[in-house]
Amino acid sequence: MKRRKFLKATGAGFAATGLAGILAAHRAPVFAQANTVHILRWNDFVPAADKVLREVYVPEVQKALGIKLNVETVNANDIPARATAGIQSGSGPDIIMLLNNYPQLYAAGGVDVSDIAAEVGKAQGGIYGLPESMCKVGKQWVAMPWATVPALIAYRKSWFDEIGVKEFPKTWAQYHEAGKKLKAAKHPIGQTLGHTFGDAPTFAYPMMWSYGGQEVDAKGKVVLNSKETVESVKFMTQFWKDAHDEGGLAWDDSNNNRAFLAGDICASLNGASIYVAALNGADKFKTEKGAPLHTDILHAPLPAGPKGQYAYHTAFTHMVMKYSKNVKGAKEFLRWAHTPANYEKWLVVQKGFAVAPTTQWEKHKMWEADPVMLPFKTASRAGRHMGFAGAPDKKAAEAWNKYIIVDMYANAASGKMKPEESVKAAAAELAKIYT
Amino acid sequence: MGAGSAAAAALPGERVPVTRLKRMLESEKVLASTLLAPGILILVLFIAYPFVMAIWYSLTSIRVGDPGEFVGFDNFTKAWSDTIFQVAFKNTVFYTFWATIFKLALGMWLALLLNRSFRFKRIIRASMLLPFIIPTVLSAFAWRWMFDPTFSVMNWLLFHTGMIADRLPFLSNGDWAMWCAVLVNTWRGMPFFAITLLAGLQTISPDLHEAAALDGANSWHRFWHVTWPLLMPVTLVVVVFSVIQTFSDFQLIYVLTGGGPANSTHLVATYAYQVGVASGLLGEGAALSLFMFPVLFAVVWVQLRYMKRMEGH
Repeated sequence: MKRRKFLKATGAGFAATGLAGILAAHRAPVFAQANTVHILRWNDFVPAADKVLREVYVPEVQKALGIKLNVETVNANDIPARATAGIQSGSGPDIIMLLNNYPQLYAAGGVDVSDIAAEVGKAQGGIYGLPESMCKVGKQWVAMPWATVPALIAYRKSWFDEIGVKEFPKTWAQYHEAGKKLKAAKHPIGQTLGHTFGDAPTFAYPMMWSYGGQEVDAKGKVVLNSKETVESVKFMTQFWKDAHDEGGLAWDDSNNNRAFLAGDICASLNGASIYVAALNGADKFKTEKGAPLHTDILHAPLPAGPKGQYAYHTAFTHMVMKYSKNVKGAKEFLRWAHTPANYEKWLVVQKGFAVAPTTQWEKHKMWEADPVMLPFKTASRAGRHMGFAGAPDKKAAEAWNKYIIVDMYANAASGKMKPEESVKAAAAELAKIYT
Repeated sequence: MGAGSAAAAALPGERVPVTRLKRMLESEKVLASTLLAPGILILVLFIAYPFVMAIWYSLTSIRVGDPGEFVGFDNFTKAWSDTIFQVAFKNTVFYTFWATIFKLALGMWLALLLNRSFRFKRIIRASMLLPFIIPTVLSAFAWRWMFDPTFSVMNWLLFHTGMIADRLPFLSNGDWAMWCAVLVNTWRGMPFFAITLLAGLQTISPDLHEAAALDGANSWHRFWHVTWPLLMPVTLVVVVFSVIQTFSDFQLIYVLTGGGPANSTHLVATYAYQVGVASGLLGEGAALSLFMFPVLFAVVWVQLRYMKRMEGH
């Protein structure tokens, strides 16, 4: 075909299907009406789960609903900046995955998804209390719970056996004693007290609660500076020095995974990602005796303090953004993703690292596959929210975001402040929020 | 054929039609304004508008998704009494002061070395710019790995050469972490100093050095009494640029330490980000960041005064 002929033919074709066609049809062209949903999520610690989103959800939701799903993943620590930028500029992802009680902080930017929550909760045995408290503002659900990552201690059974601890310590005092011996044997406990979203707060808050400390009372009055909180910080300061890898002050949420898999630490509070990585890389990660590392890993809850045993599990939720041009499509996608047949595809690859927000999934056969993961099955039933005994509202989210409780322990553990000073400083910071 | 060439081709005495626009542009004032307009527009859109918005935000209780209300100077007084902000401000001054001193000293030393003749001079001069060219986020990640509390290659080297028995707390101790940040900033910024000072050195006539040498001046005297005074204007400009960039640095700390451990390495910019963007308190974040303005304004003012005085001389 000659160039002139080609241009003539394509030009005529364009004209026929182009402007004239649009005018004749009295509607916008198809590409302008594309039902696209842009979802922003974290880089999952179980990469296979992101693969399911991209390789299974994308084609299937296109086929089922005609939705073109655009999946974007970023470091979880960067999500708040994206949410703020999106809400303030009025443009960005249609759905943003939020952590913990961020839905409270960004409530003004999310649409009401109470209808989806009611449908999913009713059909799947009810939504757990912890994610519900994160997502509800008054009676309205401003975000839809997607999953919870329970925080349990992953530990090396053989190393605990070697020091004569056959069962994981039930109390902080017992854990301290075991940790001392393990650190002396060059197997310290690994725990982050750094500025990072997951493992640092999920450790620091329950530690405080287990001694009877709390940020505020039920009326929202700051009561942090108490004898109980000071006791917990005093304990942690000594525990840190005696039993921990002190580099943990600069760790993010991935350092403990690497240190554990490298055989540097004996235990760490974590989701199940350490175990899942060891399981998936059985040939790569070995014990010093050459056995697959995963065969030497067990899970246990955080020990109890003088005032009880507590946990905080990280809630992952989806907020449909008010500024979205496709709220309908975004909600349709969420509804579709939560139907058991679709949700299951994502959940099973998590192998228990993330658990469902509804109780029905405790009965899933995936829990029969691996007894090591069993403690995660029901972990979501318990758990306290940040800001206890007040609400997990935006003030609690602000306190978390400023790492006030984490830094209270870090300041004392690092020797920068005395425990009493550290608690006093943290209480003063909290008082500025709870005015 | 354009109008200009038509005019050029016109016969003497023949009247050439002049468009209204052309007549307007013949006025120097109009032409200057027209040429300046795009630049002014860019300045207004991308510098003045955000700056004015930041001032407005700092005077309101705006938070993410909530326009808030006018609160006067409340955000500033809150920031002033904020102990973390006080730490961040001190850190910023410390970080800027030491990083600038090191960059100047090492940059000057490097420039003097590179001003000499040696083999592969051009390749070495070009390669020296690498730290400056690599995106800061990437290089900061590389440094973070080198300082990693568990897997630091430096700790590994020092341990295996028998120089240390325990790991050094590069990023897990607040003081160490701050010095690590100063080191990385120096590494990144030194090439800018070196190249700029080298350009300045090359404008100094060798005759002056020869004359000084003939008068018996040794190399230190020649540097102190010839090179240094002549390099002063360039040095001042480069120092001012560096102070501005270092004082408002964000990326390096954000990637290297995130402001930790326990806020020990927060700078004003990273803390303003944490409050304003990560916590959604836009008004408070804007007020925190505006505390940088008077300091940077003073630096620029001193520089402009000095330049003016130099021009007078």
